[in-house]
Amino acid sequence: MSVIVATSLAEAFAALSAHPEATLVAGGTDVMVEVNAGHRHVADVVMVNRVGELCTWRHDGAMLHLGAGVTWSQIEAAPIAEWVPVLAQAARTVGSPQIRHVGTIGGNLGTCSPAGDGLPGLAALDAVVHLASPAGERSLPFAEFMVGPKRTARVAGELIIGVTVPVLRGWQGYSKVGVRNAMVIATASVALVTDLDGRTVRLALGSVGPTILRCTEAEAFAAANVDFANGAASAAVVSEFAALARAAARPIDDHRSTAEYRRHAVGVLAGRLLRRAFPNE
Amino acid sequence: MSEFYVLHVNGAAREVRDAAAGESLLFVLRERLGLMGSKGACEQGECGSCSVLLDDQLVCGCLVLAAGAVGQRIVTIEGVAPLGAPSDVQQAFVDAGAVQCGFCTPGLIMATHSLLERSPAPSEMEIREELSGNVCRCTGYGRIIDAVQRVAVARRGAQ
Ligand SMILES: Cc1cc2nc3c(=O)[nH]c(=O)nc-3n(C[C@H](O)[C@H](O)[C@H](O)COP(=O)(O)OP(=O)(O)OC[C@H]3O[C@@H](n4cnc5c(N)ncnc54)[C@H](O)[C@@H]3O)c2cc1C
Ligand code: FES
Ligand code: FES
Repeated sequence: MSVIVATSLAEAFAALSAHPEATLVAGGTDVMVEVNAGHRHVADVVMVNRVGELCTWRHDGAMLHLGAGVTWSQIEAAPIAEWVPVLAQAARTVGSPQIRHVGTIGGNLGTCSPAGDGLPGLAALDAVVHLASPAGERSLPFAEFMVGPKRTARVAGELIIGVTVPVLRGWQGYSKVGVRNAMVIATASVALVTDLDGRTVRLALGSVGPTILRCTEAEAFAAANVDFANGAASAAVVSEFAALARAAARPIDDHRSTAEYRRHAVGVLAGRLLRRAFPNE
Repeated sequence: MSEFYVLHVNGAAREVRDAAAGESLLFVLRERLGLMGSKGACEQGECGSCSVLLDDQLVCGCLVLAAGAVGQRIVTIEGVAPLGAPSDVQQAFVDAGAVQCGFCTPGLIMATHSLLERSPAPSEMEIREELSGNVCRCTGYGRIIDAVQRVAVARRGAQ
């Protein structure tokens, strides 16, 4: 067994070439839970939480690149919070301070749970996920990266390098339902992003399907019926938007909740977020 | 793997020998280095009783892969203050009656030191949010929040 602490991408790739089956660990907040519970055995580990290239972000005006090693604490705070409020709000709901200090957006993508709090925001922002291996790099839209519950398009030996998201003008928000305020896995969650320049409203649902679901019908309906200039939406528009969100959900019954409750919850949350985005009647 | 690795705990270099794969920092601190102050209740990141500082950041020791923490600065409850000379936070927990069985207390002391470093005058809401990763089964939290506020007030007075 070996634990290699990589401090650069080159070191990480060298370690992965030497140990192709190695477990990648960033913050360890998903991996170590499984290890401690005896559900995952680790032999060779490559630590990627100190890879300089992964722990940075870059803002070039229209776009923001977040390295995979950027933590929830960083996303929750300025300046990232000002560029992508939807991700900042999601970050604030992740676990506890202890989890947010080390848990990363790359780890959230690596696990790719339908309940992952970073994912609805990334889906709503049409994020592009960057992957790399010694053989080369590729980038794919989030919707193609997440292919099922905890299943991604990443292949063995590939590193998640980071994500690119647009910095948009317009209100953004994330809402989540769970059994308590802190330290809770989402029973249902909703991300809403408005783009005042493109005149679009984007809506993504978490925990109510095998992947994060984009609600294209609700989005088209909102774009055609809200008043972008005056920040206004009628009560009827909010209620129809909520109904379309409910219709788009594909929830299941499990130990955390019922399909019926989840469907109801995403409707409530979607309506609430649209109202916050367009506060005038 | 090499036969040993070195962790920097409370200012001292400590060798860890014959470790098995996947050992958490909490396990290594308690079982290999004899530092019993950090507690383990859930080993799932849920309770915070294992909270330590890793390069000045509050983390759950149970979720840190010990061998991956090489070269990082680790501070445990044993490193907060010498025996018999409690830190202001430790004293405030005693004075406010914020300790009952005491199992959660080391984690809460670490979390409170970390919180007050970052935010010297936290609101009650902020205290509740910042301590949300530390679960206490006994006190009901009122006295814990009281203890945190006492330290914040005393530190301001001392300036
Ligand atoms: C108590 C607790 C509460 C939690 N609460 C929440 C919550 O509210 N919301 C939520 O969404 N999540 C929550 N989580 C889950 C977890 O904290 C998040 O998913 C976090 O973002 C994982 O990041 P990490 O860096 O710790 O991942 P790690 O555990 O280090 O890795 C997770 C997975 O991603 C892979 N990986 C990591 N980095 C890379 C990379 N660069 N390239 C390729 N693969 C990589 C790993 O191999 C592993 O499979 C919680 C966890 C705990 C223990
Ligand atoms: S033992 Fe680490 S959080 Fe409970
Ligand atoms: S004092 Fe007993 S758990 Fe907190």
